[in-house]
Amino acid sequence: MMLRRATLILVPYLWLLALFLVPFLIVLKISLSDTELSIPPYTPTLDFSAGWQGFKDFLSELDFENFQFLAEDDLYWKAYLSSLKIAVIATFLTLLVGYPIAYGMANAPNHWRPTLMLLIILPFWTSFLIRVYSWMGILSNEGYLNQLLMSMGLISEPLIILNTNIAVYIGIVYTYLPFMILPIYSALERLDASLLEAAEDLGCSRFTAFWLVTIPLSKNGIIAGCFLVFIPTLGEFVIPSLLGGSKTLMIGKVLWEEFFNNRDWPVASAVAVILLLILIVPIVLFQRNEQKQREAEG
Amino acid sequence: MGEKAFEPWNDPNEKPLIQFQNVTKRFGDFTAIDDQSFDIYAQEFFALLGPSGCGKTTLMRMLAGFETPTEGTILLGGQDIAPIPPNKRAVNMMFQSYALFPHLNIWENIAFGLKRDGMAKADIDTRVDEMLKLTRLEQFAKRKPHQCSGGQRQRVALARSLAKAPKLLLLDEPLGALDAKLRQDTQFELMDIQEKTGTTFVIVTHDQEEAMTVASRVAVMDHGRIIQADTPAEIYEAPRSVYVADFIGDVTIISGTATPQGDGYDIAFAEGQPTLHAKTDHSFSNGQACHLAIRPEKVAISADKPEGVANAVQGKILDIAYLGNLSTYHVELPNGQIIKSQTANTRRLSQRPFTWEDDVWLSWTNTAGVLLEG
Repeated sequence: MMLRRATLILVPYLWLLALFLVPFLIVLKISLSDTELSIPPYTPTLDFSAGWQGFKDFLSELDFENFQFLAEDDLYWKAYLSSLKIAVIATFLTLLVGYPIAYGMANAPNHWRPTLMLLIILPFWTSFLIRVYSWMGILSNEGYLNQLLMSMGLISEPLIILNTNIAVYIGIVYTYLPFMILPIYSALERLDASLLEAAEDLGCSRFTAFWLVTIPLSKNGIIAGCFLVFIPTLGEFVIPSLLGGSKTLMIGKVLWEEFFNNRDWPVASAVAVILLLILIVPIVLFQRNEQKQREAEG
Repeated sequence: MGEKAFEPWNDPNEKPLIQFQNVTKRFGDFTAIDDQSFDIYAQEFFALLGPSGCGKTTLMRMLAGFETPTEGTILLGGQDIAPIPPNKRAVNMMFQSYALFPHLNIWENIAFGLKRDGMAKADIDTRVDEMLKLTRLEQFAKRKPHQCSGGQRQRVALARSLAKAPKLLLLDEPLGALDAKLRQDTQFELMDIQEKTGTTFVIVTHDQEEAMTVASRVAVMDHGRIIQADTPAEIYEAPRSVYVADFIGDVTIISGTATPQGDGYDIAFAEGQPTLHAKTDHSFSNGQACHLAIRPEKVAISADKPEGVANAVQGKILDIAYLGNLSTYHVELPNGQIIKSQTANTRRLSQRPFTWEDDVWLSWTNTAGVLLEG
């Protein structure tokens, strides 16, 4: 019995150790190192042949210089703040678009729902990169959107959307919409229709019934959806690189540039470690929301 | 005693609270309610009883405002309610699932309707406390619905629907989710609350015992029609159709032909069997097909042929249903007709006078059965 329980607990912990903790420790170690023109491009490296003394030397060479550098150069904290701002706004926009879609799906006739669900999931069958690239074709100055609007005579000059923050928001809302829709849909689908009738019976108009019953009862779905969009958006790199302009400042992009343009692995690792620390807060909040929901249902 | 019996439906001066006038409701090709007209009076406890799919829930939902009649009008206090949306009607409903708001506690659930009316805070407090007291829920006010037992949730649903002091309260299978013992207690509680508040109750149920216990009048429904609406005693003792006789309680139906005889009728039901005798206010023509409905408890069982009775037949005991306080004997006559006889088990089981395969005599008076048209 004891052994079986121990094994059951051990498996997920080993999984976590191998796939999260070990890579994190490697990144943390690099963030404490110094940059150097070599392979790998940092120092010190652990010399196993030197034994205990080698390990002590190795430890003594690690320092927090890179973190100090991040604090001194305002590029980094501006990038963090800008990422936060973009992630918050984009999450809110995704909620605005996603909630009505989820609501429509939950209220659609039963035989339609599998089809609607398929339509939501369908974009995942194509490469994410290709889908973001195709937005460049839609949003560019000579793109389909501008061609359409100009041929309709709505505008005379092409709208400049590509390489601005607007394009980044469009890209994020488009990419992460399913992550917002699915948890809200699952909350709304479980909503007992007689609750709305009861609210109406007790004097609510359709709208107040929606506000006082539907919204509070889909709260957990909203929270889950928002975290599922917010967390990956904060470190998003592909969308701001492809759709954003030079003024679009996001920490994912900075991270990429440090790694591959500057080849400064230690600073890039420090950026990643801080990003992870920032993300721990919403991840913990998300887990607590999920747990509270399970308790309320159980 | 001395108290005047409550039967406004027999008083021509009494104005009904609810009037259904030729109401028909169709869903596509399906006719849920078929041209029904009937009245419900103030302070009545009116039960709609029938099998599932008979239209009783549709009738109730039309009163609540969730469905509108396809044809005909429904009047509440003389006013046509068709154009009034559910949130503006002086009608509240207690839902079968209770439909308690899971995100609000018991207190907030009960206050929900009062807040929508824009009632003053102090008045809401008083009213909710009053409702909590009426339904004995005072110590549960701060609990969420999922922390309450089924019986408590049932009382919360009742308190919430009564809080706005509706003219009419609709109860959709209110006790369906409770176990048998709790259901019995709750039935009396429900009657008590109905009496205290003086509210008109309309209850939908498929449980005949429940309808008989709580209601002042029971409407037996089938296929979108009210077959008979009467007091529980009338429904049981004087059903006007085979359907009602068969639906309510246990009954033996004997089919035969009627011949006028004295102040009643002779009923011939099988070759070689004695004719039966029954009195009725109803008139049958000579040789008309008829059904005699007899309740098992009105049929006496004996070993020897009883003397001086209107009806006596002999048969063999086919089955005995032992119910604890009662035993029901299924007696088969030589022609295959089965007649049920019920006796109270006043003695212990070991001293039971009859057993399987015994030849016995069944007898009943000429007023015990109800003679119905074929």
